[in-house]
Amino acid sequence: MSARRLSTGGRVDRSQTLSFKWEGRDYSGYAGDTLASALMANNQRLVGRSFKYHRPRGIMSAGVEESGAIVSIGEGARHEPNVRATTQQLFDGLVARGQNAWPSVGFDMGAVTGLFSRFFAAGFYYKTFMGIPPFEWGSGTGIWMQYEKLIRKAAGMGDAPSAPDPDSYEHAHDHCDVLVVGSGPAGLNAAVSAARAGLDVILVEQDFELGGDFLNQPDAEAEIKRTNLIALIKAVNVRIMTRTTAFGLYEYGVAGLLEQVTDHMASGSEHLPRQRFWTVRAKSTVLATGALERSIAFGNNDRPGVMTVAAAGVYLNRYGVLAGEKIAIATNNDSVYQTAGDLSRADATVSIFDARKEVSHALGEAAERDGITVQLAMAPMNVLGSKTVSGLSLAIANGDDWKAGGTRSCDLVLVSGGWSPVASLLSHRGGKLSWDSENACFVPNTFSDRIHMAGSAAGVWNLDDCEVSGMVAGAAAVKDFGKSAPSMSAPMVGGWENPIRPLYEIKVAGEKLKSFVDPQHDVTAADVRLAHREGFVSVEHLKRYTTLGMANDQGKMGNIIGLALMAEALGKEIPEVGTTTFRPPYTPVSIGALCGRNSGSHFRPLRRTPMHDWNLDHGATMTDAGLWQRPWYFARDGETITEAYIREATTTRSAVGLCDVTSLGKIAVQGPDATEFLNRVYTNPFAKLPIGKARYGIMLRDDGLVMDDGTTWRLSETEYFMTTTTAHAGKVMVWLEELLQVRWPDLKVHVTSVSDQWAGCAVAGPKSRACLAACVEDPAVMENDVLPFMGVIETTLKGGTPCRIARISFSGEMAFEVYVPSDYAPAMMQILWDEAQPLQGCLYGTEALGTLRIEKGHVTGAELDGRVNIDDAGLGKMASDKKSYVGDTLRKRPEMLREDRPRLVGIFPKDRQQTFNGGALLCKADTVSGFGEGWITGVTHSPELGHWIGIGFVSGGHEAWAGQTLVAADPLRKGNVDVEVVSPHMVDPGGERMHG
Amino acid sequence: MTRFSGWNVFWNGLTGQTGWQRQWRDPEPKPHYDILIVGAGLHGLATAYYLAKNHGLKNIAVLEKGWLGGGNAGRNTTIVRSNYMMPGNREFYEHSLKLWENLSHDLNYNVMFSQRAHVSLLHSPAARDAAARRYNTMRLTGSDGELWNLETLKANVPLLNYSPDARFPITGAAVQRRAGTARHDAVAWGYARAADQLGVDIIQNCEVIGVTRKNGQIENLETSRGSIGAKKIGFAVAGNSSRLWDMAGLGTLPIESHKLQAFVSEPLKPLLDQVVVFGVGGAHFYISQSNKGGMVFGGDLDWYKSYAQRGNLPIVQDVAECAMSILPCLGRVRLLRHWSGVMDMSMDGSPFICKTPLDNLYLNAGWNYGGFKASPASGWYFADLIANDRPHQFIVNHDLKRFERGYNIDERGAGPDPKLHG
Amino acid sequence: MIRIPCPFCGERDHSEFSYGGDATIEYPALDASIANWHDAVFQRQNICGMQFETWQHLNGCRMWLVVERDTMSHEIRSVRPAHTGMAKALEDET
Repeated sequence: MSARRLSTGGRVDRSQTLSFKWEGRDYSGYAGDTLASALMANNQRLVGRSFKYHRPRGIMSAGVEESGAIVSIGEGARHEPNVRATTQQLFDGLVARGQNAWPSVGFDMGAVTGLFSRFFAAGFYYKTFMGIPPFEWGSGTGIWMQYEKLIRKAAGMGDAPSAPDPDSYEHAHDHCDVLVVGSGPAGLNAAVSAARAGLDVILVEQDFELGGDFLNQPDAEAEIKRTNLIALIKAVNVRIMTRTTAFGLYEYGVAGLLEQVTDHMASGSEHLPRQRFWTVRAKSTVLATGALERSIAFGNNDRPGVMTVAAAGVYLNRYGVLAGEKIAIATNNDSVYQTAGDLSRADATVSIFDARKEVSHALGEAAERDGITVQLAMAPMNVLGSKTVSGLSLAIANGDDWKAGGTRSCDLVLVSGGWSPVASLLSHRGGKLSWDSENACFVPNTFSDRIHMAGSAAGVWNLDDCEVSGMVAGAAAVKDFGKSAPSMSAPMVGGWENPIRPLYEIKVAGEKLKSFVDPQHDVTAADVRLAHREGFVSVEHLKRYTTLGMANDQGKMGNIIGLALMAEALGKEIPEVGTTTFRPPYTPVSIGALCGRNSGSHFRPLRRTPMHDWNLDHGATMTDAGLWQRPWYFARDGETITEAYIREATTTRSAVGLCDVTSLGKIAVQGPDATEFLNRVYTNPFAKLPIGKARYGIMLRDDGLVMDDGTTWRLSETEYFMTTTTAHAGKVMVWLEELLQVRWPDLKVHVTSVSDQWAGCAVAGPKSRACLAACVEDPAVMENDVLPFMGVIETTLKGGTPCRIARISFSGEMAFEVYVPSDYAPAMMQILWDEAQPLQGCLYGTEALGTLRIEKGHVTGAELDGRVNIDDAGLGKMASDKKSYVGDTLRKRPEMLREDRPRLVGIFPKDRQQTFNGGALLCKADTVSGFGEGWITGVTHSPELGHWIGIGFVSGGHEAWAGQTLVAADPLRKGNVDVEVVSPHMVDPGGERMHG
Repeated sequence: MTRFSGWNVFWNGLTGQTGWQRQWRDPEPKPHYDILIVGAGLHGLATAYYLAKNHGLKNIAVLEKGWLGGGNAGRNTTIVRSNYMMPGNREFYEHSLKLWENLSHDLNYNVMFSQRAHVSLLHSPAARDAAARRYNTMRLTGSDGELWNLETLKANVPLLNYSPDARFPITGAAVQRRAGTARHDAVAWGYARAADQLGVDIIQNCEVIGVTRKNGQIENLETSRGSIGAKKIGFAVAGNSSRLWDMAGLGTLPIESHKLQAFVSEPLKPLLDQVVVFGVGGAHFYISQSNKGGMVFGGDLDWYKSYAQRGNLPIVQDVAECAMSILPCLGRVRLLRHWSGVMDMSMDGSPFICKTPLDNLYLNAGWNYGGFKASPASGWYFADLIANDRPHQFIVNHDLKRFERGYNIDERGAGPDPKLHG
Repeated sequence: MIRIPCPFCGERDHSEFSYGGDATIEYPALDASIANWHDAVFQRQNICGMQFETWQHLNGCRMWLVVERDTMSHEIRSVRPAHTGMAKALEDET
């Protein structure tokens, strides 16, 4: 047998030779080839191995429905598994290999599994591999997991890539009036109709050439029509996207498209992404997505050399490749006769075995004229040959059944079991299909939501009718916009001269046939019947039990046969069995394209404070805080992080430290009702906060648990400056907006996020006042009586930079927070730093900040984890009983008031030389098991106390455990440490320092 | 009924697979049962199985409006773990994991529970400490848990993005080795077959369309296949709990239904041996590789309430970004399918297995997106509740009144906003 | 993808918005009973079909909106500002 390139014909450019590698050997094809057509032109028939049985497989189609020619292409980091050779455009230097085979697809050791296929029926793995064979003795998962290793290695198709993908991808957006999917006779006409009415039209075509089925016609007339239509759509400014697949349709006319930008290029392009993922919002959509020819289940119908009739027509008419010399065509419908004629005219010997008992005289005569023998009431029974086709044994109609009918030698078997409109995209939107028994296929129902089916996707078979159908769909889209469009009647579904004879499987009494329904997943007719026998009779059960339709092609060819066989087994009609829902994507989409540019360091936005570079210049090591980067510590001369933070904390407590606190959320609260608003939002009273004072506040969620804390500064009668934690800045802003717009529209308050407008620095330590006094234009404003504890002033730094200063303390020292407009941030830092250095001050990061706050028992997100109420946090005194506030009621539910709830505590190691870990559980010494009495949220070395300390929660609080030893249990890391529980206020509990 | 075993697989291979029967019967509904479970998903089927097996009860039916296992049973990412921390949840999910470990043997159905380890990536010291509290709690309550440093992680999961230039560099992982994945459909079929063998009637295509009440009890369920009465009735209808509750005249539930998508890639040879979880910078992503070779992954809810079982693009992009960020070798790997299920999200992220205002009605609902791993224990304790008319001590707080008491079982600390749980 | 017609910005992808919740919940006075607050905070109608719900145009005008949407088909029937005064002002304008 042989397939060969013809010297003339087709659309390939014989003047442009492209060389490529297949399974390590060099071959050549022409520009305009796909990998599949080039392989066929080189007579490479065996191109893949099947999933389960490793059966030899060849090219079965000429398009996206391919089940056999699934290959790997590219090398190294550009290795790409599971590529359909039938849609991969050939380029010079393409490297391709077969997959799921060792050492090669031609000789695959894995094929040995095929010898045991009788044991590997559908679902057999649910019935064994559990325990010790043969009776599954034992318990647990150990034995299964040994089997699993072998199964995993055997399964899978292509080799997984292991290196990071070196190519780039993009995500792009677009809008249009009408999206036309498919550029065949229907799609081109639909686009013309819509664009002529003045609509903005995008036409997408998955192929690299426009034209759809026009491209597969042998006659010049079709090419003229195609060329004219393309000229027309260009003239009316249709936006054309080739190599672009509409892979999914979503609500509101949103479509996901995948544009393959450089997949057809030898070496990509440094300026172009490999692929582009488009989100297109279309007001109306025309689906002219064509129809797919399906096979019939008969013996060995998966052999290399068995393909659809249409595919052979495409290879001949589009690529100039004759797929075989001696061709047997099996059909049950009219659609094959034209292709048979084309093949015969290309000097192949062609026989048609038509399952129908009669066809029209004209059809038979035309075939005869073309030198084709037509035999009616015959069907394929079994393919002979293993790695290639050597013949076909036939079945002859015997009443409604079949009986064996002799053997013919041939080198190519072409099959047509009818056509299925491609309605996957409609199905994504929930559109339904109905069974058309006359044409033996599912056709889409009318769908109300501005989606119009056209051409063979609507079940219209003849090319001329498809053109009309496209015009009708285009007109319907025009009417969606309230515009008038010419009224035409839609062509009838179907269009064959002779009715199809529904035929899904050839069964012959006494013949044991291995008949494939879904070749890619090795699902056979026997598997479908076994599923039926075991009660898996619904479509969804059938699909899941046999894996029918779950392969890369999503059952584009096999699903209908599976349904038909199940219907037969159940004694029902196909529509009673149902259809499966097609899920997006229509054809698989690379994860890289869906990701676009948002990977690596661009995975999430990076928020830098305006003094980020200043911090780096001054030795900061940064750490992530949500999306922010903040200084973690400022190591000097080879210090470790521990040495650095201990020095920073010590310096801050003894002299002065500066810390970038810009990441805190900042919200301007303005309006005549601002005071009332804050009084409702915070648990503590704000009604009497004087202008020029700040107050620490706690806000609760509706359910009475703590949402966030921070200070709010009163700047005027009607204006406040609220700060939130870094972590909850966004959440608090949304919350305040919700309260004002949804719940309390009567309050005259406006909130504005000013987080990005203000840069902040904490100045903490006994020398903080001296430091700041040297930085402001008027040192007098820093005096204790002008700026007492919790005082706020608006003033200017030296040089005239306006600033806001509040005397508030997170560290427990005398401390200030200074805010300047963000553009002045580095200048502020420089002024402060210039004055801090003579005072032996330092810069400190979040690690030392942690030390200072743990020493003081101040809470952060580690403590306020969404499960903690205000009493748990030791802040119960801040819950006013003289007013109502958000969360007031629900915080008083019985479980919330229990005395034995875990409360905030400090923790000391019993032996002060020891340390312990955050995340350790606090257990009674005699019961180091179970949930314990509490847990540790933070640990630091306290320079002030000279030993390690922790903060955490213990049931009933520290008073309940006075004098007792608990165990900080940390089985994950270093075992158990004896600890004592103390007040969370471990340093300066009276607060003299910050008030002083 | 032919027992499932290697021997019978071999024998049927020799005899043309003719020895297998229906895995469950297709009975006509009787007019009355002792116990009716509504919903033949994993939870309903498991409940029926344990009612029959643990409590020796007969005359049980499971009603299913479509096909058994057709809801979220087949729409999840098949992860099984017990890394729960809150009292109640902890014991419950641990018991579930123990049931999983022997489930194939118990049901005589290979549910392919693969204890391949569940690896939660860590990116900061704070995240490590928060994970340490959870995993220490697991260790001290009889489960397994480990913290892996970067070296151990690299040795075990080599293909992750360990670049220091990653947006959130990986610093280690919290690991539960006994956790893993299972074959989701097989669990539904295994429970159905085992329950059927114990005499449970599984009645498919039988939709409850009305509830007839009498004297503070449900007398009959009106179904598309006629009126069916029962002494006791259990609802286990994830995605439809509120609707059925309303049908029973019981008002509202602390539940909101949301959509969760799941994704699978084309099949590949082995690439990832564990379940890996990635959650930083607002991301939430989990990925594993099925035995067929597909990368199975998922992320967050679609963020808005939905009863529609259709996917949507923004989350597709979101999970693709997460996938590429931790496994940059996936760029050329293709997404094969995405789909979604309807999740009944509760107000604290934990479920309800409890009695109801009606004497003979019991509720099993609000599984958020943790229902798959929970199904064995859910069936176990729901059966115990129905059989004994009192909650087991582990589920006393998994009742509908807990919010009135102020008892939240909130693993994430997200508060009463159902879309934030998971 | 849902496309929400924001009364201030025009029709936009739902990913610009963030979903709030049931817009028919009437929050009681801050000092109302536990039972009242419990029902408002924890109980949900959870309608399958048309419902009124709040969305915030987070990455747009930041307005909270009341959207009337079918939770099964995602069809949107109406959108108005959640702020009653603003809704009225818009109405008066048109």
